[in-house]
Amino acid sequence: MDDPIIVGIRNLNVTAGKNPILKDINISIPRNKITVIMGPSGCGKTTLLKCMNRLTDLYPELKVTGEVMIDNKNVLEAHEDIYKIRQQMGLLSQRPYPLPMTIYNNIAYAIRLRGVHNRREIHRLVVHYLQQANLWDEIRTRLKEPASRLSIGQQQRLCLARGLAVNPEIILADEPTSALDPISSQAIEQTFLKLKNNYTIILVTHILRQARRIADHVVFMYMGDVIEQGSVREVFENPKMEKTKLYLGGTFN
Amino acid sequence: MTRGQKIEERFFKVLMFLSTFFILAILAIIIYSIFEKGIRSISWEMLTEIPSGGYYYGKGGGILNAILGSLALASGATVIAFFVGLPVALYINVFLIRHKKIVGMVRFLLDLVWGIPSIVYGAFGFTLMIFLGLQTSLLAGTITVALFILPIMIRSIDEIVRTAPIGLQEASYSLGSNKSETAFRILTRQSVSGIITAILLSFGRAIGDAASVLFTAGYTDHLPNGLLEPVATLPLSIFFQLASPVPEVQNRAYASALVLTLIILLVSLFSRGLGKRYHKTKINF
Ligand SMILES: Nc1ncnc2c1ncn2[C@@H]1O[C@H](COP(=O)(O)OP(=O)(O)OP(=O)(O)O)[C@@H](O)[C@H]1O
Ligand SMILES: [Mg+2]
Repeated sequence: MDDPIIVGIRNLNVTAGKNPILKDINISIPRNKITVIMGPSGCGKTTLLKCMNRLTDLYPELKVTGEVMIDNKNVLEAHEDIYKIRQQMGLLSQRPYPLPMTIYNNIAYAIRLRGVHNRREIHRLVVHYLQQANLWDEIRTRLKEPASRLSIGQQQRLCLARGLAVNPEIILADEPTSALDPISSQAIEQTFLKLKNNYTIILVTHILRQARRIADHVVFMYMGDVIEQGSVREVFENPKMEKTKLYLGGTFN
Repeated sequence: MTRGQKIEERFFKVLMFLSTFFILAILAIIIYSIFEKGIRSISWEMLTEIPSGGYYYGKGGGILNAILGSLALASGATVIAFFVGLPVALYINVFLIRHKKIVGMVRFLLDLVWGIPSIVYGAFGFTLMIFLGLQTSLLAGTITVALFILPIMIRSIDEIVRTAPIGLQEASYSLGSNKSETAFRILTRQSVSGIITAILLSFGRAIGDAASVLFTAGYTDHLPNGLLEPVATLPLSIFFQLASPVPEVQNRAYASALVLTLIILLVSLFSRGLGKRYHKTKINF
């Protein structure tokens, strides 16, 4: 039987020089649920996501200690297998970064990386993921155009499709609707709700209402600390900590 | 806007206009004088024949030896420098990303080496030749010029690759790419138009330099039959023609300079076209 906890973070500390960015974080993320991470700007949400797929490697100034367990493997101690481990997680970064190639190849690149080389199969999957990300209908005639021509909102959905294309178990989404209009945001939310049957979704958001609408599990952070975590019911309706109450009341944002 | 700000803005506008005008004027004068003196001596014979016996005293023949020699030598050197330089530039930006101090040192050293005058490379190439038992030859000249343009190639590619945002590398890694894939398939693509400019810059330096080929490639009125024979180059050809006491031959030197300029112009136009094709897929952040 699958462990109901897919990501276990223990005593995670991140410092930049002398500045602590994450302080002794302990979080358990349930499988096939939507976990929302919320908290004021600068509290370390993006950094926490980057620890999970170890993009912190790209920042020599960050010192990361502790454990991030995914499927009984400590991501922080992985060596050559880190490239494979990262494919267990699809990333949607805070700003979309399409690859410098055509729309089609943005997805096909990710599919080839996971070892699919049959052209018809690749094509089928490209269409499939673009549909899942609600982008297919808009760009079906523009597949050979460079991805740089897409609008920011379209790029964000392209990046979602690309993140799904690595066939991950977990989706890490960092404020994925920040550049979208309300209709497209709704569409992305719907997509996440659909995806949650097959994926574990870890979503960073500033939007309290969005969190409330789609979260199963909520983690509230403040200045590098996890203040409170629990089911959406517990945290939103019965917050235990004073800071959570203030945040939910809109005192800081 | 206050009166002061208005005057300031006017002042800088005029200054910018004047300096732009000044630079363009100098450029125009150079090109005009080369054209004016060279166009009269340029002929089909000059472009398609090698020098006859008395060429430097006004007899017939042409500079085909130098045109082909320069093209071969500069292309060879550029190709070598590119295939060494691109991996180095990518290595600095991808594999050494966690070693900022080393990267800083490497960049500093490359900039130092960039500044070394080409005659020093010529002298170094010469000692290297003696060590390897090589004569003045196309091979020796190509290797020396490749060394001379290598820092230019590495640093100009490096400066382009560096401007790619870290988020692009993050995106690449998050899909499961390893470092080489990130370097050669993502960052290289993002930088194609800049890399073409770097190649062009290096080629221009390679084809225009006289001092580095003086002792290493040598000079000959004939076309070389192989890599191990001496080869003529345009800059040296210009030098020898200018040194002639015959005014007619001196004018041919300007014609040769015109040929050199046109080659660089053609290569620029071609690479611009090529760069444009790839510019479209570049992501602008
Ligand atoms: N590479 C780094 N070097 C130094 N400090 C960093 C680095 N990355 C992040 N920080 C700092 O860590 C803190 C947390 O940053 P992070 O980007 O994780 O915040 P966030 O919660 O995602 O904020 P936002 O909601 O605005 O995106 C910030 O104070 C930031 O300045
Ligand atoms: Mg953030």
